[in-house]
Amino acid sequence: MRALRLWRGLRARPVPPVRALRSAVPPRPGPQQQVTAEVLGQLEHLALVDFRDAEGVERLQKAIRFADQLREVNTDGVEPMDSVLEDRCLYLREDDVTEGNCTRELLKNAREKVEEYFVAPPGNIPLPKLEDQETFLQGS
Amino acid sequence: MCFQVSAALRDGHVTPTELCQRCLSLIKSTKFLNAYITVAEESALKQAEESEERYRRGQPLGVLDGIPIAVKDNFNTAGIETTCASNMLKGYISPYNATVVQKLLDQGAVLLGKTNLDEFAMGSGSTDGVFGPVRNPWSYSRQYKEKSVPKSHSEDEESNWVITGGSSGGSAAAVSSFTCFAALGSDTGGSTRNPAAHCGVVGLKPTYGLISRHGLIPLVNSMDVPGILTRCVDDAAVVLGSLAGHDPKDSTTIQDNFKPFELPNLTDVSKLSIGIPKEYHAPGLSSEILALWSKAADLFKNAGAKVIEVSLPHTRYSIVCYHVLCTAEVASNMARFDGLEYGHRSDMNKSTESMYAATRREGFNDVVRGRILSGNYFLLKQNYENYFVKAQKVRRLIANDFVKVFGSGVDILLTPTTLSDAAPYTEFIKEDNRTRSAQDDILTQAANMAGLPAINVPTALSERGLPVGLQFIGRSFQEKQLLTVAKWFEKQVKFPMIQLEEVKRHDHGVFQHQKSASFS
Repeated sequence: MRALRLWRGLRARPVPPVRALRSAVPPRPGPQQQVTAEVLGQLEHLALVDFRDAEGVERLQKAIRFADQLREVNTDGVEPMDSVLEDRCLYLREDDVTEGNCTRELLKNAREKVEEYFVAPPGNIPLPKLEDQETFLQGS
Repeated sequence: MCFQVSAALRDGHVTPTELCQRCLSLIKSTKFLNAYITVAEESALKQAEESEERYRRGQPLGVLDGIPIAVKDNFNTAGIETTCASNMLKGYISPYNATVVQKLLDQGAVLLGKTNLDEFAMGSGSTDGVFGPVRNPWSYSRQYKEKSVPKSHSEDEESNWVITGGSSGGSAAAVSSFTCFAALGSDTGGSTRNPAAHCGVVGLKPTYGLISRHGLIPLVNSMDVPGILTRCVDDAAVVLGSLAGHDPKDSTTIQDNFKPFELPNLTDVSKLSIGIPKEYHAPGLSSEILALWSKAADLFKNAGAKVIEVSLPHTRYSIVCYHVLCTAEVASNMARFDGLEYGHRSDMNKSTESMYAATRREGFNDVVRGRILSGNYFLLKQNYENYFVKAQKVRRLIANDFVKVFGSGVDILLTPTTLSDAAPYTEFIKEDNRTRSAQDDILTQAANMAGLPAINVPTALSERGLPVGLQFIGRSFQEKQLLTVAKWFEKQVKFPMIQLEEVKRHDHGVFQHQKSASFS
């Protein structure tokens, strides 16, 4: 019986050797082989998170190489999928205020506030570039 | 077991406060597991007292009234610290309850505390949170100790402990060590099923859109679901019954009416069609688990079910796809943490941007920061099409694989949950978080991609004396069928109970209720 043969097949088949998935496909050189310092700086600025050190940058490089495996898949004519519930309607509720009035509750968790305002340091001051980072953030 | 313990509460064999106290006491004596971040002792006892009053009046709210539960620390709980195991939210006291928490409390459940996890639910070991790693209770079980190479020093025993898996490791450990009867986890790539498999408990990932995510601090909005961890499938059905349903506060929950169900005792499986996806015979799958999987397939076949091999050709890309989509959504979701309105705030105050940057630098660990940066990379204009949109297209292919298979008459898929049993902590940390996640999520991730319900059922002990589970994946919103089959399987395999010293010491008959029900 076909089904019987299957289990024997599962049992008989040798377990594939352990390979980290990332090395199952040799990394291919993509158009952005090395992420430029400019892009690194741009990312730090967008994310407002720093790479901190060379390890962080290497982590990004590895992540990109890993993601490059997607190139192997043929997606011609395939629509991107935003949500698994795309076949259903998203309902909007009525624009009525049903809750709120919890200013005090919400302000409790903020560290710096004045009356009913959250207090932020001055804005419109751009974050310094990568090279200047160290000195600027030394104050933190 | 909820049913048994519920009956015991109703009949007055045990009171909610007694139950609560036993659990709190057990939590204290199993502190070395590091399963809990916050234990809400006072409020739990108060809830237990209120429950007791209701039982006295003969008016319990339901099956869950008085039942101690634990909640993963990425769910908001009013008045209780919610940290996501991150410095970013240390000291953050939620002003509201997540919908699922509220629903459990409305049913009278007693919230014992918040459980440990990987920071912001990113990881597959529950080792990367700021409160330290969670230890698998089975590390201290007689079953594991008996199989370990005998060592003379207790120090070696200390370093021998195994991980819980993740990221809902704390919740899994809490349920596994009997400190609570059910726990909430979250599942984005397998975060409920993975630790469930390693800790020998039932881990249910419901269909995306069935249970509200309002109040669950989001990781990947299009894949996150609250997960349910219990000691048996029946309990999972009970908890599911109290949580599922449309929530006006979560627009991604479906509008369909949900009817809680009781699981029938399936005796005839001849009408079932079980699919065995061949791609789940993945590189690195241990021969033990392969054998177990095969045995399980035989079990169904011998009982009369139709068991066939199927193919989900894009399985191997699900991890890569997840990697891109997850980091992209994470980059977006983590943007809310800037120190201004809640959470950690840096002392840096030269400018708004530098304050934000410093706050995030101080608040997030390397894993989180790494994902944010990768995500932002994939979302750059020059990369958007090639990475993000491409991943979305691959997602559709993965989801379609499942549609085809289920469309061909298969009812349920049977797969392994993990590649092997739990690794010792010292082994696990040799590789970095992303590599581990990529390896460990491979069998669980695709179900999240497609939004399908999936459940881990503890199956047997490995040669090392550690739990191994198998996974069932069902059709969208067909939890009843999925759980019915899982329950049948659970009954067949008779997974052994963990033999823990601490539990025995606390067992004054209270936990007997669970023991008797754990065996069929």
